[in-house]
Amino acid sequence: MDILGYKKDYQLFAGTRSKIKPSIIKSSKNNQSNNKKRLSIKHVLDEIALKDGMTLSFHHHLRNGDYILNMVMEEITRRNVKDVTIFASSIFPCHKDLVKYIEQGIVTQIYAAFISGPVSEAISEGKLKKVAVMHTHGGRARIVESGELTIDLAFIGAPTCDQTGNITGKIGKSACGSIGYAVTDAHFAKTTIAITDNLVDELDDFQIGGQYIDYIVEVDAIGDSKGIVSGTTEITKNPIGLKIAKLATDVIKYSGYFKNGFSFQTGAGGTSLAVSEYLKKLMKDENIKGSYALGGITSYIVDMLKEGLFEKLYDVQCFDLGSVESIATNPNHIAISASKYANILDDCLINNLDFVILGATEIDLDFNVNVTTTSTGEIMGGSGGHSDTAYGAKVTIVVSQLFNARIPVIKNKVICKTTPGETVDVLVTERGIAINPLRTDLVEKFKNTNLPIKTIEELKAISDNLVGIPKEIDFDDKIVAVVEYRDGTVIDVIHKKNINNKG
Amino acid sequence: MQLVKPSKAGTYESNDIYIMLFPGNETKIEVESIVYETYGDKIENVIFKTLNEYKIENVLVKAIDKGALDFTIRARLITAIKRGATND
Repeated sequence: MDILGYKKDYQLFAGTRSKIKPSIIKSSKNNQSNNKKRLSIKHVLDEIALKDGMTLSFHHHLRNGDYILNMVMEEITRRNVKDVTIFASSIFPCHKDLVKYIEQGIVTQIYAAFISGPVSEAISEGKLKKVAVMHTHGGRARIVESGELTIDLAFIGAPTCDQTGNITGKIGKSACGSIGYAVTDAHFAKTTIAITDNLVDELDDFQIGGQYIDYIVEVDAIGDSKGIVSGTTEITKNPIGLKIAKLATDVIKYSGYFKNGFSFQTGAGGTSLAVSEYLKKLMKDENIKGSYALGGITSYIVDMLKEGLFEKLYDVQCFDLGSVESIATNPNHIAISASKYANILDDCLINNLDFVILGATEIDLDFNVNVTTTSTGEIMGGSGGHSDTAYGAKVTIVVSQLFNARIPVIKNKVICKTTPGETVDVLVTERGIAINPLRTDLVEKFKNTNLPIKTIEELKAISDNLVGIPKEIDFDDKIVAVVEYRDGTVIDVIHKKNINNKG
Repeated sequence: MQLVKPSKAGTYESNDIYIMLFPGNETKIEVESIVYETYGDKIENVIFKTLNEYKIENVLVKAIDKGALDFTIRARLITAIKRGATND
């Protein structure tokens, strides 16, 4: 079946150990010009031959404070260019201007690992002309490095840039720490434009080398600092969230993988952060030291580095001010690229992960997880590194309330399969812990603990009894998005949905 | 029981429901819910059955639901009934 605007030779997901092995290409860019600076984005675009059907790339380290995408698109759309593909690592509510360009038919396709806000609604409503492609963080690097997609213009939001184009995110008024998602773009785009609000003479420490940068533009601000990093990320105060975090920490403790040298990743959600706090205490109590923590990094993980509980942090993206400060000053807090993080073609760090703590919108009886759509099928997220880390980690732990506001987490079948169940090992809820029966080793390990181990069917029965079985959701036939597994196979598709949340 | 004056019970907090009752000429149930698509029918049904149980007729029920479970919906509705009804 052809999917409008999607690669013709796509293959369906056939298990996490599928045999697809695209060949990797190496970047040969080496721009040594000493005349890269231009007066404005407009001046750069005047020099470049813009054409219909171009692919423009953006990255999301400035998150919901990002000005770059809107700033660039405003200039692009003044130039009568059509059929533009936006290849953005993630899209946030601040990018709502894109909806207008989608409706005008200027932007006809979007690739992203995560989409939330007005753009995701527009895609769910079927406004985008071609299908949206929802890849993983590692998958994005693969798409580019395998040559499957060519970026025409990459726009790099540069918190600090020097005269030759060396870029760091560690310093500057818009400092965001690691800029790991932008590295691949800079290395492989036909033309790369650095947009900075802190141009300096020379940088010794940088994450993207100047040889990959073709143009430099100075602007007043690349983002709104309030949206770039949270001042603080906070542990949940919800007693249910804390209980789940405590149980998840117990799972780590008794899993058999909690020993000196273990590695760990968790997210910035309130419950995930609480796991870090409990884990910190556990590591001290048991006198266990880990090798590295990976991922999006928060102050809680930084504290564990400072206290010597981890030797190193490998950081593709900083979530709060504490982690930005740490990466700028602590040599053991190391910035990595998205490819080094999770690209299936790279010697990536997720492959050595012991534990990852992940969330879920829905999980089904086969442990498949949805983090791409809401429980009623509208796009509101995406894998990010979810399915990458689930694949890599020896113990993948999903933490979630069994239900909240009458929305149950366990379903017979997830609306959208983001992460395959064969890579999800444990579900921790406030009413019990379910272990994937495929993990006979873990089932055995937990048999003699006092933890509330249940089957996922038992947990579902508890939930169904309280909230009732939700009515099936109606979808249009039209496919609005393709969900790609990290190897580029199609793991699921998302159908058009008329957004309507009121009775 | 008969509703003799408008009454209300509940909150707008997550997992709760805010229910308002008004005396009227016919029984009408208006539900606004964050889970209407998946549970709207069930919510209306719980309200309908509870009204019947208390033999309340000719009432307008306005409910703003933030994902309350059935027992919460019932409890809030019964409280609203008791606040607005006489025991004739």
